[in-house]
Amino acid sequence: MVNGKVVVSQLNLAYRGRPALRDITLVFPEKAITAIIGPSGCGKSTLLRTINRMNDLIPGVEIRGQVLLDGEDVYGGTILLEELRRRVGMVFQRPNPFPLSVFDNVAYGPRVHGIRDRTLLADIVERCLRAVGLWDNLRDRLRRPALELPLGQQQQLCLARVLAVEPEVILLDEPCSALDPISTLRIEQLMQELKERYTIIIVTHNMQQAARASDLTAFILDGELVEWAPTEILFTSPRDPRTEAYITGRRLPVPH
Amino acid sequence: MKGWEWLIRRVLVVMAFSSLSLLALIALFIFAGGVPILAEVGVEQFLLGTRWAPTRGHYGILPMIAGSLWVTGGALVLGVPIALACAIYLSEIASEPVGRLIKPALELLAGIPSVVYGFLGLVILVPLIRVLLGGPGFSVLAASCVLAVMILPTVTSVSYDALRAVPATYREGSLALGATRWQTIRMSVLPAARSGILAGIILGMGRAIGETMAVIMVAGNATLIPVSPLDPVRTLTSNIALELGYAAGKHREALFATGVVLFLIIMGLNLVAEAVAGRGRSR
Repeated sequence: MVNGKVVVSQLNLAYRGRPALRDITLVFPEKAITAIIGPSGCGKSTLLRTINRMNDLIPGVEIRGQVLLDGEDVYGGTILLEELRRRVGMVFQRPNPFPLSVFDNVAYGPRVHGIRDRTLLADIVERCLRAVGLWDNLRDRLRRPALELPLGQQQQLCLARVLAVEPEVILLDEPCSALDPISTLRIEQLMQELKERYTIIIVTHNMQQAARASDLTAFILDGELVEWAPTEILFTSPRDPRTEAYITGRRLPVPH
Repeated sequence: MKGWEWLIRRVLVVMAFSSLSLLALIALFIFAGGVPILAEVGVEQFLLGTRWAPTRGHYGILPMIAGSLWVTGGALVLGVPIALACAIYLSEIASEPVGRLIKPALELLAGIPSVVYGFLGLVILVPLIRVLLGGPGFSVLAASCVLAVMILPTVTSVSYDALRAVPATYREGSLALGATRWQTIRMSVLPAARSGILAGIILGMGRAIGETMAVIMVAGNATLIPVSPLDPVRTLTSNIALELGYAAGKHREALFATGVVLFLIIMGLNLVAEAVAGRGRSR
């Protein structure tokens, strides 16, 4: 169970004493897309945010257990927080480009990590915008404010912004929930292209999306991992009745 | 009952428009008092003349314009960095209880009468400057220091509101890219709050230009164009307050004309502040 880019091991998390994640153990293999599904409030975003330690920002969070990145515990104190977040990028539910130009949005991360050289920055911006399919569209509008773009392009820009710091893992937190179907499809295509180089973990409440776009799927309910399997297997022959109920859209059995 | 409703509505309308009509009346009154002398002396001569001796026919207010600019500029240079630091600390770094301690303190600072600031400046700051830096002590520097403290609450609270209005998603986005807290503040929060902060600075500037009592007490009030921060200085507002009590005839008109200049400057500043803040909102 220990090989895998990211390994979550016996993870427990509580907000002000109220448990949100219980004893979760889960392996995210390298260069594959893992989807985390489950009903709203089940803890799937919380789980995602433990991997790049974004939960640290919330007061009153208590975490026990391990999250390993290449075998190293991200809560162990050996990985610098800023370095962790560079290696583990994140795209949020609502597109959140900075109120800066397209160029400055993509160059933001590299600048944060000390790159000042203008030609180098321009190269990075071009490479990342190409990678998300925005370059041809925006090459003449790099100085325009990013907030003028349509939402779908804003989300692609946010992805480009993450790629610019050369991450190893990309966390996607319901990245399409604010987007129309065409933009959604575009993001899903991008995920397929990006998994050649990156480990991708996506939280989604859209089961078709999980079924279409992921290699592995984990189902979480009330802060517990119910089932974790290759996507095809989980969606065609789930082992746990709760999984089956959820993916077929039946009412969930009342717990206890 | 219907007549009663009608009456209430009328009364409310009249009261609502009273502030507007008051403004118009004040403008009218000041302009009526000041325009004759401006016509007689000439606007250019009045604004750019360097000699103020109204009882002997010299009506140049350039020393006072320069004085107001010096003192206000000094107040901004000294006050804005502190105010910004304070706003950033309160909005981005301070924990809840610390914020609850500092914010009321700032509001108290805003509530202290200006004569008290002037008094403290007079008994502490002026002698200190005289002993440490030389000169008479009554100076641009003394006035700027006092004003810097007085604009602190305005600039801080407007900037604080602007910083709080920056969506948390910008901070998250920045931190998630591996930015440190300070990088996040500098590269994404401050630019996003820029227009609000600028509006705060302009409002503080308006306060500094308009302040009278505290400045009179520490500035020395000589009608000379200051060449160093240690020189005594007289501002536009001081000029009016100091002389209006005994002025008559053209002298009195010249003071009204000083008021006209002041009125226009402050109106202009407020318009700029509105425009700057509005641009930030519409984005």
